[in-house]
Amino acid sequence: MKKIVFSVILAVAALSSGSAFSQAPDQADEIIRGRYQAILADCGACHTAPGAKPLSGGRPLETPFGQLIPPNITPDKATGIGNWTEQDFRRAMKIGIGHDGKRLYPAMPYPAYTKMSDQDIGNLWSYLRTVEPVFNPVESNQLPFPFNIRLSMLGWNTINFEEGTFKPDPSKSSEWNRGAYIVQGPGHCGTCHSPKTFLGADKTDEALQGASLQGWYAPNITGNPHIGIGSWNEDEIVQYLKTGANAHTIASGPMAEAIQASTSLMTDEDLKAIATYLKSTEGGSAEKPQPLAASDPHMTAGAAIYHDTCSACHGGEGKGARQLFPALAGSPLVQQPSAETLVRLVLNGSQAVATPEARTTPSMPSLGWRLSDQQVADVLTYIRNSWGNAAPAVQPSDIAGQR
Amino acid sequence: MTTILPRKDVVIVGLGWTGSILAHELTEEGLDVVAIERGPWRDTAIDFNIGYAQDELRYAIRRDLFLQPTVEAMTMRNNTSQTALPMRDYGSFLPGNGVGGAGVHWNGHTWRFWDSDFRIVDHLNERYGSGRGADLTLQNWGISAEEMESAYDRFEYLAGISGKAGNIKGQIQEGGNPFEDPRSRDYPLPPMQMTYAPTLFAEVTRSMGLHPFPTPSANLSQDYINPLGIAMGQCTMCGFCERFGCANYSKSSAQTTILPVLMKKKNFEVRTNSEVLHLDLDVSKKHARGVTYIDTSGQEFFQPADLVLLCAYGLHNVRLMMLSGIGQIYDPNTGEGTVGRNYCYQTNSGAQVFFDDKNFNPFIAAGALGQTVDDYNGDAFDHGPLDFVGGAGINCIPTNGRPIQTRPTPPGTPRWGSQWKQATVKAYKATLGFSSQGSSYPARGNYLDLDPTYTDRFGRPLLRITFDFPDNDIRMSAWVTAKMEEIAKSFGGRQYNISPRRKGWDSVPYQSTHNTGGAIMGADPNTSAVNKYLQSWDVPNVFVVGASAFAHNAGKNPTGTVGALAYFSADAIRQQYLRNPGQPLVSA
Repeated sequence: MKKIVFSVILAVAALSSGSAFSQAPDQADEIIRGRYQAILADCGACHTAPGAKPLSGGRPLETPFGQLIPPNITPDKATGIGNWTEQDFRRAMKIGIGHDGKRLYPAMPYPAYTKMSDQDIGNLWSYLRTVEPVFNPVESNQLPFPFNIRLSMLGWNTINFEEGTFKPDPSKSSEWNRGAYIVQGPGHCGTCHSPKTFLGADKTDEALQGASLQGWYAPNITGNPHIGIGSWNEDEIVQYLKTGANAHTIASGPMAEAIQASTSLMTDEDLKAIATYLKSTEGGSAEKPQPLAASDPHMTAGAAIYHDTCSACHGGEGKGARQLFPALAGSPLVQQPSAETLVRLVLNGSQAVATPEARTTPSMPSLGWRLSDQQVADVLTYIRNSWGNAAPAVQPSDIAGQR
Repeated sequence: MTTILPRKDVVIVGLGWTGSILAHELTEEGLDVVAIERGPWRDTAIDFNIGYAQDELRYAIRRDLFLQPTVEAMTMRNNTSQTALPMRDYGSFLPGNGVGGAGVHWNGHTWRFWDSDFRIVDHLNERYGSGRGADLTLQNWGISAEEMESAYDRFEYLAGISGKAGNIKGQIQEGGNPFEDPRSRDYPLPPMQMTYAPTLFAEVTRSMGLHPFPTPSANLSQDYINPLGIAMGQCTMCGFCERFGCANYSKSSAQTTILPVLMKKKNFEVRTNSEVLHLDLDVSKKHARGVTYIDTSGQEFFQPADLVLLCAYGLHNVRLMMLSGIGQIYDPNTGEGTVGRNYCYQTNSGAQVFFDDKNFNPFIAAGALGQTVDDYNGDAFDHGPLDFVGGAGINCIPTNGRPIQTRPTPPGTPRWGSQWKQATVKAYKATLGFSSQGSSYPARGNYLDLDPTYTDRFGRPLLRITFDFPDNDIRMSAWVTAKMEEIAKSFGGRQYNISPRRKGWDSVPYQSTHNTGGAIMGADPNTSAVNKYLQSWDVPNVFVVGASAFAHNAGKNPTGTVGALAYFSADAIRQQYLRNPGQPLVSA
């Protein structure tokens, strides 16, 4: 944190000495708080392309409706949001209408950000004004007709969008309310983890119950004991969000990025609050399904592949090794209704994220070159139905599309 | 045309064990460090993918990870009366290539040398009076085991070594090596679970009054998180260590213990596929300005730096010193010159016992999973009545049961055909092997220099190795091998076979990649190339790190001492050199 304070003070000092505009020293606190809002909201996840300057525009988002490119939100006047007013910014965050009345697509998660408090949005705005302006023209809207008509979002909002700041539940603890605020608001967890309607809106009655996006399956993160994170205690959830690894799993894919850029930088109190809230949520059947019989031919084939190819790292009983090989036994991720993430990991491999407390960055090797669709399906069926795990069998047709 | 690059604080030649340790230590000091590595980047998941890492043909037979002679060859001869010829292929020893160096494909035996090694001349004089080893060029190393203790400890904890201490602060520990010098604490991990062959070896040798103990191993007995915060996994005993990268994060290497942290540092950078041609000295020849290297496109670069660390394989360190004009090249006729001096190797022998009724399951194995007896190593035994100095560790470490090369057959078996097939079927599971890892002591005629005839692809002279096993070492090995024969008999097998070490070093069959010396450490600049901190006597802003610094080779694998010397040198740079850069840490 000291580092952040220092760099912000430097930034403020640099701006004060320049001619652009000056800020009172007491604005430093506001900017520091705003920087933390940018961490909670993980703005960089979408708005910073790999290797590019912060917030100068992101890599393309593949949506079911077409491609969107997250815009440049640095204070550059020509290509960023340098001409925006604070009021423009508030409207974008709260109701999805940007500068000049342009309607935003909800890939920008204003349906979540609308829950943010006025003060938090104000702080975030103060911080964004201090980011280095970068000239980088981005044409966000790459959607095909008719989705490229921004006015269509008017109708979308009528059906799908509910404006309004988060309202605390007085019957719950302040910690729970803080957690709910972060998860539903700035943290916008549901943007990935909630199933979507055919219009791409969150299914609010199935919030956080898992969804497919960009070739990954963002798992159920409710308190469901079987496929959610109900079997993890609060400390384990905190450890996961802080370090990217805990006794049960190691983050990969987009979550690894979210951990690196966002959750690992959150305060321990906020992580604890998130854990408390997530544990309290319900979702999916609490009833555990029956595993496939070990004698099923796909199970016996999968067992042979597992012991040959996987067990050296993940262990004969799927227990893994701390900070190195994720446990498969009892893993909620392994038992999601969709095996999309698992297929991807086996085909392409993956590398763990580096955080100060988990520095190893071990990799899952790619095995797609070695295993046929049938073999990938069988080995995944096996790990999803062994050592107490139970989940639907994986079919070869589930693999082919991901190659 | 040579491109001149922006200055760095430190340039490191070679990113193996020592380069990685030094890079980590000096970046912690805040220095801006670049490593220049001749070979490619290597990473566990991509380069040692579990799906093909265990390919004996590719890695053990075709030697995919090793230095190829087309990149750099060496010439060899047994003595100065011969004309050296280039080795067409590496055989007797196999230098590494690429990030991680030989530390990628080692077995993992991790030893400490003894005080009686570091102070070998003083020790022999104290125990036996002067005159022992007169036919050798033994020299003290300029350090003591006590000075090295914390450096050894740091390397062992970095690497998660699995073993059993034999002497903690002077207290002999049951089950450890009673001959080792005092250590401050036990190994970070307990010994590996023993397989049958070493278990039997321990029983037999113990019944003979010897002191077997688990070989200290860099194949991890348990999961481990090292002091840098890097996690390693428990070894699965797959039997693919030597010549292979480990797919399981279970064998210590730069990849599994340092690089994940090092590579994320903003003040560190590695340039791979870039070969250092030479160090550039200023006109005084007492200061290195940096290094010149060439990339695979043939583009030459000059990398200026305040401090140059030679961290390549020991033989390459020595050659680079010679090519750069650092120090005087050793002359065996006069005994003068320091660079190339005291080249040593390893004096090994083997034994096999063939049984009818035993199944050793040799494929359940790891590179350093075994038992060692040190009763006949170094000066652990009385050499008073004997006609040699030195000794050997006796190791029962069945490293693998790989199908192409694990074909033990008893003497008298045909080399091919149905009888050979029958014999291999019978002997595969029922043969126990053990070997001696013998000391190699320096002799006046064993040395390294530049070949007068043969050059590499850039026109630089090749390194010339002039070496044969000294008579002292042959006598030592014969004596130890006779002890091994007694052990072999005691197993009560059907038959045994002894492979003694004979005079006449042959560069073709694999023997050991334990080439030591050539840029040795010591207290006297007339007889050593570097001081005890591995700082060049001649060019004080150059440090030469690795087994090139060994004044002789002990009856032990060198990596533990190489790692410890890297830490010892790093400490000296951090705590002393940087206060007064460019100055000698020891006045000559």
